[in-house]
Amino acid sequence: MKLENPNSFRTGPDERGHFGIFGGRFVAETLMPLILDLERHYEAAKKDPAFHAELNNLLTHYVGRPSPLYFAERLTEYLGGAKIYFKREELNHTGAHKINNVLGQILLARRMGKTRIIAETGAGQHGVATATACARFGLECIVYMGAVDVERQKPNVFRMNMLGAKVVPVQSGARTLKDAMNEALRDWVTNVEDTFYCIGTAAGPHPYPAMVRDFQCIIGEETRKQMLAAEGRLPDSLFACIGGGSNAIGLFHPFLDDRQIEIYGVEAAGYGLDKAHAASLAGGRPGVLHGNRTYLLMDADGQIEEGHSISAGLDYPGIGPEHSWLKETGRVTYLSATDDEALAAFQLCARQEGIIPALEPAHALARVIEIAPTKPREHLLVVNISGRGDKDIFTVAEHLGGM
Amino acid sequence: MTTRIDSRFAELAREGRAALVTFIMGGDPDLETTLALLKALPAAGADVIELGMPFTDPMADGPAIQAAGLRALATHTTLAKVLKLAAEFRKADTATPLILMGYYNPIYVYGVPRFLTDAKAAGVDGVIVVDLPPEEDSELCLPAQEAGLAFIRLATPTTDDARLPTVLAHTAGFVYYVSITGITGAATPDYSKVAAAVARLKRHTALPVAVGFGVKNAENAAAIAKVADGVVVGSALVDALRKSLDANGHATAGSVAAVTDLVREIAAGVRSAAHQPA
Repeated sequence: MKLENPNSFRTGPDERGHFGIFGGRFVAETLMPLILDLERHYEAAKKDPAFHAELNNLLTHYVGRPSPLYFAERLTEYLGGAKIYFKREELNHTGAHKINNVLGQILLARRMGKTRIIAETGAGQHGVATATACARFGLECIVYMGAVDVERQKPNVFRMNMLGAKVVPVQSGARTLKDAMNEALRDWVTNVEDTFYCIGTAAGPHPYPAMVRDFQCIIGEETRKQMLAAEGRLPDSLFACIGGGSNAIGLFHPFLDDRQIEIYGVEAAGYGLDKAHAASLAGGRPGVLHGNRTYLLMDADGQIEEGHSISAGLDYPGIGPEHSWLKETGRVTYLSATDDEALAAFQLCARQEGIIPALEPAHALARVIEIAPTKPREHLLVVNISGRGDKDIFTVAEHLGGM
Repeated sequence: MTTRIDSRFAELAREGRAALVTFIMGGDPDLETTLALLKALPAAGADVIELGMPFTDPMADGPAIQAAGLRALATHTTLAKVLKLAAEFRKADTATPLILMGYYNPIYVYGVPRFLTDAKAAGVDGVIVVDLPPEEDSELCLPAQEAGLAFIRLATPTTDDARLPTVLAHTAGFVYYVSITGITGAATPDYSKVAAAVARLKRHTALPVAVGFGVKNAENAAAIAKVADGVVVGSALVDALRKSLDANGHATAGSVAAVTDLVREIAAGVRSAAHQPA
């Protein structure tokens, strides 16, 4: 299915929350009044200079923005092609891009008078960001996390506990991110009165995909300015990893209408696309889950299948609906990288640049390593280093034999 | 159109009592057991039957129904097989309204037109799809209406007066009032609030109002039957079935009776209640 190319790729979603056939609002009736209320509050906040002033102040002085755009000189030399820049989201407070979105949503929750915040987390980065913002504003915080992820991402569990959040290990299903999201939705259905659901990626029922994207667009907006300052022109290509896809849509969106720019999203191919993986676009079909229509990993009967990735942040069987639409319009090229390729990229980045990336952006780096050498030296390439690898050192050590 | 659902509620209103609406999961723990249950439920006192279509990710259901769905999927239950089950039931029972209940994705993947055709042919009377609010009516609700299947909508304590007309606009058969904000099988509702809620709904619709979530025994059922046109019981039945299974999760000789005994008890509660809906 190939959708018609619009005049602008930046106008979505429509008023019903649709990006083409994707997106929408597929939730239980209990949640609908709340979601409509959230949409009203978000629309009002968007127009309120005070909201932006407070958010920008926090982003500058609390998160540490703007994050640098760093010329990866040694990696560029090593690969011998495109000039590679890193957008350093891993330098943000809490170690990833997640905090950009969380602060926006928490300010919104405060405007709505909500006192209890719930979140789901896979790798723990979104959980840590939410726990951090809740501590900062004195809000109760409950984080749902698959029991498997609680085990493999212990450093982040400790962090959340230290920040005063309650981490609830989810025992249902495959006990990973998908199940954590189900459990968070159940909590929300039960506690609609005082609870705000802080979703960690650009997915879920409208307005979440658009709202999370808007909060993450600061990544791409800064990149534009920084690249113009550094090189006097816009980049030629952009790379980002995709689980739900919030770091990617944040980087991509401000560039979508610059059609000469090549844009690449990289999904997790796990053990390989013919084996267990988490590449919803490469290996899935359109379906409806967690409040939106999007590409999903599922069987012939529409039952959701588990994703697999070495990266707990990418093993979600779905993807943000805007990415599904960008795939079908052909504006963004979606690739994938296996666990092994990500591990190799992780090591190369650490050794060449002295930067230990999270396993998530290591997937994007894996494709950069392949594509950069095919480009001329004047080609300006930006890869979003969406998080740092501290949380992954045990996983990596296990795979590489203890190091 | 008058469906079996309309006739059944009208008939019970004449008798002066509420309907007992029973939920079981299709394929839990296997298709044979479900068929035996379907056949036994009307005699045990079920006036309307909801048959669950299992889904891996039932976001609005509690642990009991979620586990039932996973048991059904473990024995390779599919939507096609649940539709066949409905057709089998209908061969022997032409009067009891049968409603399919579940989530949208399996239906979307099966194909909406094909689903409606097959459901209608199987003798299904209505559908409840938890994750399709009125905002997504064009997906299934309107096509179902056209196909002659009732699309039964859930109303909840969060559905305020401003929103109720939207929720009720294309609802048919009956309105399913979810008496608590929460997942299935959760807390017992506050009955005084239920009466007020039913009265509120009745100001907006002429449809019967059935109340569910939190009904575990005859006493709960009687309290609701007093003020509503129907009492829905699901998690308690699914739990009774689970307790009857052997160590490997297989049905035993006592499985069907475990459910029908509870249905008999709850039906007695429903029938004992003086029916005085607002």
